[in-house]
Amino acid sequence: MIQIRNARKWYAEEVKIGPLNIEIPKAGMTALIGPNGAGKSTTLLMIGRLLNMDEGQILVANMDVTTTKSRDLAKILTILRQENHFVTRLTVRQLVGFGRFPHSQGRLTREDEEIISRYIDFLELTDLEHRFLDELSGGQRQRAYVAMVLCQETEYVLLDEPLNNLDIARAVQMMEHLRRAAYEFGRTIVVVLHDINFAAKYADRICAMKHGQIAAFGTVQEIMKPELLSDIFETNIDIIEGPYGPIAVY
Amino acid sequence: MSVLDSELGTDRSEADAAPRTRSGRRYAGAFRSAKEARRYWMLLAVLLALGIVASIGLLLYNNPVPVDSPSFIPVVKRRLTAVISMLIAALCHSFATVTFQSVTSNRIITPSLLGYEALYSVINTSTLYFFGATAFVSFIGMGSFLLQMALMIAVSLVLYGWLLTGKYGNLHLMLLIGIIIGAGLNSVSGFMRRLLAPSEFDLLQSRLIGSVTNAKAEYFPIAVPIVVAAVFLLFLFSRKLNVLSLGKDTATTFGVNYRTNIICALVLVAVLMSVSTSLIGPLTFFGFLVAMLSYQAAQTHDHRYVFPMAFAIGYAILTGAYFILYHMLNSATVVSVVIELVGGIVFLTVLLRKRSL
Repeated sequence: MIQIRNARKWYAEEVKIGPLNIEIPKAGMTALIGPNGAGKSTTLLMIGRLLNMDEGQILVANMDVTTTKSRDLAKILTILRQENHFVTRLTVRQLVGFGRFPHSQGRLTREDEEIISRYIDFLELTDLEHRFLDELSGGQRQRAYVAMVLCQETEYVLLDEPLNNLDIARAVQMMEHLRRAAYEFGRTIVVVLHDINFAAKYADRICAMKHGQIAAFGTVQEIMKPELLSDIFETNIDIIEGPYGPIAVY
Repeated sequence: MSVLDSELGTDRSEADAAPRTRSGRRYAGAFRSAKEARRYWMLLAVLLALGIVASIGLLLYNNPVPVDSPSFIPVVKRRLTAVISMLIAALCHSFATVTFQSVTSNRIITPSLLGYEALYSVINTSTLYFFGATAFVSFIGMGSFLLQMALMIAVSLVLYGWLLTGKYGNLHLMLLIGIIIGAGLNSVSGFMRRLLAPSEFDLLQSRLIGSVTNAKAEYFPIAVPIVVAAVFLLFLFSRKLNVLSLGKDTATTFGVNYRTNIICALVLVAVLMSVSTSLIGPLTFFGFLVAMLSYQAAQTHDHRYVFPMAFAIGYAILTGAYFILYHMLNSATVVSVVIELVGGIVFLTVLLRKRSL
């Protein structure tokens, strides 16, 4: 369980995130949605201890993210940022192998190699595993980054807009992978999404944010309401029942 | 083009020649294929051999006295001082620059940016300016060596400590302030130099251009153990450096305490740079040149392999350049000027063709 208690981040007098109070239950996928500047990424980065909060406390599996040793946290929590750029030239397999660092401190054992292979195969990168990252397309590279964080085998996986720059087919494929990771490997996935319909189709819970506050948190059925979404995004949004569940039309 | 290729799934032959162990197990090694690993070891062996041949040449070639003469050994001993200082310079600059570029995740900067060389030039210029030529000439020996080293390490520690641990601690701010301090110190010493008599200026100039002839054998008992210890620690630090080079966020995600580790690495860089600078003087682009070439030559991200390659390249360049200039071109030109020139051109070329970084 991820517990956020009164977490605040103040960027400037006008830009304040929080105080946030929420408990994200274990297992399944939770989507963070909301307009630009609502504080979705800030919240995710604070949970992932990449951004210091100014006040409050965040517990992941009862470990305080600010006081727990980074090395211990790395075994239960991982986060993937939106932009990833590395100066070193790495192959897909070397990149995914870094995911084992918290467990092996860089000395890959036979077991580690098997785990690396498992996630490379899981994200369908088997044929590409010895390509350098700069030889891949955007979608393939994104899959490699996701393989890297999954390979860390942490209970909690945080992803900041993993669908960025992906076309529809790649985005659907990525969400399928993530959902399978959540169920097959029993991970708790928290993902920032821009597309409400992706959130509605793949997530178990949706957390909607607006103006640095949590506007609503609940199951897909509870959040996919025309008045609620119209208010959050400040646009007219209708909900119709589609073949796979509610669909937002805007 | 490459994007299209990969989208269509057309595999290249080298990617098919995947590294697998003899049992066919898949593994994530430092090299992409066994072929690249072989290429690395061959290149490393050739470079080390070049360095050794050049140093033997430097020691023995053109010896004015015959081999059986009793003064043969003293001549070799005197030349050995220069060769050892080349060894120290190659170790210091290769390890310091590669480490610095990795922890800053930036391959177009060198630790010289933090103002060590400017500080060195201020120390020397102000000695001459304030205390005169007699004091300057006697400002040599263990005391001055240790003083210069301690000052340089202290300044960098203050800089790192202040800028990396504060609330707004940030590496880029530190680099910027380092550059500004360096520029400020340079103009201070430039101003003092302008007021010197020509003869004094000449005296100073020889010390401000890096040269192995500046090195004195009496410093070695201190310099060598320090350098060996720092290099050994950095080599042990390789696996962490591999992760640190992925940047702050990724390193933190993998449980590496970024700030602590980066300060440790930078302290070792400061130690190496100050030993080298106070021993032989500034060599601004040498480390950059060596690091640049070693990334191309090693073709791996793994520091356990990049470090030896960088050292081998640095040592081969230094000994080779000195041997050619001293014994073949019979030129007394200061080698560091040539290295700086070549390094500067490589620096510009790399900047303009940043794709190949």
